[in-house]
Amino acid sequence: MGKLKLPQLTLVAALLYVLIKVLSLDSVGALNGYFMIIINRSLIFVILTVSLNLINGITGQFSLGHMGFAAVGAYVSGTITTLVLKLSPDVVSNYPIFIGAIILGGIGAAVAGLVIGFPSLRLKGDYLAIMTLGFGEVIRIILNNIDYVGGPRGLLGIPKFSTFTIIYVFTFFTIVLIRNLIQSSHGRAMLAVRENEVAAELVGVDTTRYKVLGFVVGAFFAGIGGGLLAHLLQIATPTQYGFYASALLLVYVYAGGMGSITGSIIAAFGLTFLSQFLQLGFDSLSSITGINFGSEWTMVIYALLLILIMLYKTEGLMGMKEAKLLVIEEGTK
Amino acid sequence: MGSIFNTQQIINGLQLGSIYALIALGYTMVYGIVRLINFAHGDFFMVGAYASYGAFYIFNSFLGKGTPLAIVVLVFAMVAGGAIATLANQFAYKPLRYKPKLSSLVTALGVSMFLEYFFSAFPLIGASPLGFPEIIHRASFKIGPAMIDNYVIIDIVVAAILMIGLTLLVQRSAIGRAMRAVSQDKDASKLMGINVENIITWTFLIGGAFAGAAGLLSGMTYPRIDPYMGILPGLKAFIAAVLGGIGNIPGAMLGAYIMGIAETFANAWNSLLGAGIAFIILIIVLLVRPTGILGEKTADKI
Amino acid sequence: MSALLSVQNMTHYFGGLRAVSNFTFDVPEGAIYGLIGPNGSGKTTTFNLITGIYRPTEGKILFDGREITGYRPYRIVHRGVARTFQNLRIFGNLSVLDNIRIARHFNFKAGLFGSLLRTPGALKEEKKVREESMQLLEVMHLQNRALEDAKNLPYGELRRLEIARALATKPRLILLDEPAAGMNPKEVSDLMDLIRRIRDEFKVTVFLIEHHMKVVMGICERLKVLDFGETIAEGLPEAVGKDPKVLEAYLGKRGA
Repeated sequence: MGKLKLPQLTLVAALLYVLIKVLSLDSVGALNGYFMIIINRSLIFVILTVSLNLINGITGQFSLGHMGFAAVGAYVSGTITTLVLKLSPDVVSNYPIFIGAIILGGIGAAVAGLVIGFPSLRLKGDYLAIMTLGFGEVIRIILNNIDYVGGPRGLLGIPKFSTFTIIYVFTFFTIVLIRNLIQSSHGRAMLAVRENEVAAELVGVDTTRYKVLGFVVGAFFAGIGGGLLAHLLQIATPTQYGFYASALLLVYVYAGGMGSITGSIIAAFGLTFLSQFLQLGFDSLSSITGINFGSEWTMVIYALLLILIMLYKTEGLMGMKEAKLLVIEEGTK
Repeated sequence: MGSIFNTQQIINGLQLGSIYALIALGYTMVYGIVRLINFAHGDFFMVGAYASYGAFYIFNSFLGKGTPLAIVVLVFAMVAGGAIATLANQFAYKPLRYKPKLSSLVTALGVSMFLEYFFSAFPLIGASPLGFPEIIHRASFKIGPAMIDNYVIIDIVVAAILMIGLTLLVQRSAIGRAMRAVSQDKDASKLMGINVENIITWTFLIGGAFAGAAGLLSGMTYPRIDPYMGILPGLKAFIAAVLGGIGNIPGAMLGAYIMGIAETFANAWNSLLGAGIAFIILIIVLLVRPTGILGEKTADKI
Repeated sequence: MSALLSVQNMTHYFGGLRAVSNFTFDVPEGAIYGLIGPNGSGKTTTFNLITGIYRPTEGKILFDGREITGYRPYRIVHRGVARTFQNLRIFGNLSVLDNIRIARHFNFKAGLFGSLLRTPGALKEEKKVREESMQLLEVMHLQNRALEDAKNLPYGELRRLEIARALATKPRLILLDEPAAGMNPKEVSDLMDLIRRIRDEFKVTVFLIEHHMKVVMGICERLKVLDFGETIAEGLPEAVGKDPKVLEAYLGKRGA
């Protein structure tokens, strides 16, 4: 009863890590710098997608402003690291500070999640969606207008602390912790809120608490993702985390399956790689035909993809199912 | 401070509100009839603007600038808006009509993204903003203490005419009655012999046409159009519809004018406030009275 | 026997519509109490008011001597009141076992961090919940379905699951909303046995809404009859069954 599967999971994760590391060595050369960028982005999107899935897929709420949480994480952590670097540029070992900054970014995002979670409690469905959208936009407008963090130009010169290893480890912990949460009694309470809120309340679940909890935990991990992203791209701007970024994240969650961590992982990797290949494809098309196919075409394909998924496989790739490796025991989802 | 609340600003507010009203009506009608927040509606507005642009260049050589050309372009814009709305309904929304609402919402997002990026990606149209041509010669004249562009008056008047037309349609015609019936009770309407899908199609068409008209007016008044121009006005018009009571036609008009005036005043006072006023209004409405000013509370049967 | 549930002068309006009018009644501990009446007479509304889904416009509700008027439903459940729904509200996409386990959640002693990190304490609690839930499923003859998605169950078993889930909250009072709806005669008979067991073995007071006369007359010890939100009769089943006002409400003036 309660077979952990953590040893197996860790083993698989470790093997994958080693594999990627080996392949990316200059001597082997199979995975060059370009691929590593995509892999890093994919991993961060795993964190972002899984964290959104917790709110939308597990707790059944509808958050349309999720990237706003990532923005908080990006800006908080970015500000901390740039400040620290300015004050003591020759601090040799920066990584503990970096990790601390990322976590603080997550906590900041969690606070935002709390602020947004509460008013959203009285609202359902459409209204909740608009409310979260509104809040996401408010965050963006506020950041746009704070000159200290760069206003519309954004936070520049963020040190590139996000290494593959750090991102990988954070992603691993995100997956494990969220999996643990979902497959625990608390997670089941959240699922109950999704399935039938009235019934959940009537079996003693404090639905308010769990809805807010969904937002807070989801926001926390989004903040982590945002922080890691900012330290990968070395920049954080308000537009990066606006409504369209949130909408894109929704595509990821839906494509993978609402409520499935496995689905989110597959979608995050699949769609990130897809957008790169599409871009490459369009670039070659451009050079062949002489017509300039810009990056918007990738988004056109994405939009079509989303519509098609909704029309033909509404529940996404994995639906609500999980890969066996991630399931703790039989009978829990 | 006193200089803000003057005639000039009020008229500007009404003008902005007119454009919002035309867009808000589409949102509210569609929500009233199928309970869908059509996120793509702001993009129908954008399509209307581009269609007007195209129409201008097609018909300019025949007609020359002036009112006849403007009317032709208006018709074109409305047809384009209506057409794209109908297509979206037919291919993206109708198949999901009886599935969980979340899927329709997400699909609407998909349609919205598709329209924006498609227009942006298309080599001819491109992602650079286009300068909107002058369809009617610009002129300004004095009303009281204020200097008003003729475009401002045109916006207000055209919007008013369209809204009066809509009100007459909804209140007096058979289609209008059918629309009201379907928005109240789909099943009962079916039993009364109303072809519900038809009515839904008409609703999308009219809503889209109005959005298209708003696109033309906006293009004329703020002569720059780009594929993403529908996002912010769409959002604000939507908030206006929520403010007035989503699903309620007079509510949408009321909410839109309030929104237009509030935004104009807020902008005059402080640009940050101007940018955020729509969302402040949204959050206040959702917290205090989610059903809006003229909306009715519907209780869920447990 | 003292009154476990005491409703005092409860009136409730939905806008201008009066759904429930000046109810006062007591449900004694250990009773099987029935609430009957034509459709729309306010029965489910009464349940909704008692369980906190609505806050009564006027009046008081006391459970075990303590007021629960207007409390949020989950708190009322914690006090010991459970209910089932007319239109089954099972967690369809979750397993049968999970449906029961969720009802045990409010007694789960481990906190959030315990679950996130899977501490020994949290794991012990999980084990306890699982065992208790499986036990209940065995008692209700649903243990073979434990790992199946609830939505795949046949109707009769779904109804049993709904009742099992309510019982899993370890209530002192259970409100059953039309438990016999859609059941065939054998299922009805089993249901009546189950209700008696609930009272006799589980020691739970039963308050039920029902249309099925065999159930009403067969197991209820006391009845209250509603029509248009008002009480038109109350008392022992045989007496109520002959009451002309009751017959009129059900059958119309001619039928009485």
